[in-house]
Amino acid sequence: MLHIVNKSPFDTNALAGVLRVAKKDGAALLLIEDGVYAATKNSATEASLKAAGMPVYVLQPDVDARGLQSRLMDGVNMVDYGGFVDLVAGHDNVQSWL
Amino acid sequence: MKFSIMVSEGPYTHQATDSAYQFAKAALAKGHEIMRVFFYHDGVNNGTRLTVPPQDDRHIVNRWSELAAQHNIDLVICIAAAQRRGLLDENEAKRQGKDANNIAPGFRISGLGQLVEAGIQSDRLVVFGD
Repeated sequence: MLHIVNKSPFDTNALAGVLRVAKKDGAALLLIEDGVYAATKNSATEASLKAAGMPVYVLQPDVDARGLQSRLMDGVNMVDYGGFVDLVAGHDNVQSWL
Repeated sequence: MKFSIMVSEGPYTHQATDSAYQFAKAALAKGHEIMRVFFYHDGVNNGTRLTVPPQDDRHIVNRWSELAAQHNIDLVICIAAAQRRGLLDENEAKRQGKDANNIAPGFRISGLGQLVEAGIQSDRLVVFGD
């Protein structure tokens, strides 16, 4: 399953929900919109993302819009909208955590 | 692959309608089909043709209408959410005794069954919202 989070972890507990209940096998996490703040280096959420046990993707246009290109933690994968589409196509289910 | 999209956030609110539109465009560019976009909750406000944004801003409503016309996408507005927010087509305006309608080209008003059907008939249903 592809899990999508579009809010900052400092606004809502959507990301915490994913990390708490998501099954890890074959799962991936995609951060979009303000959700990309979760992947900033040295942030309060960096450790929990590193321990997520699933690949973490961030949407590049949203990273760029927030000026976070050089401030991302190691190990996250950058995708554009085309990559977003590929992630959706590549997982049997998609869950947006609103 | 056949995609459908649900949008539950109004236009010019945060970013959900923009993300949904960019996703739809990228999917079409990759040769996928967008079967339906279902507008729910405040998302129904994406379908009023009376929207007049400043000239230097994107026109979110027209953008949906144009994309739908180009790619034969079914734009469906939830009827219960639409009635609460004053979004009417010609039939609904008549039925409710209102003096005008405001639905934008390419949009139609229908029920939640259309969302369920989109979930069943599409390979993927992607939700954008608040």
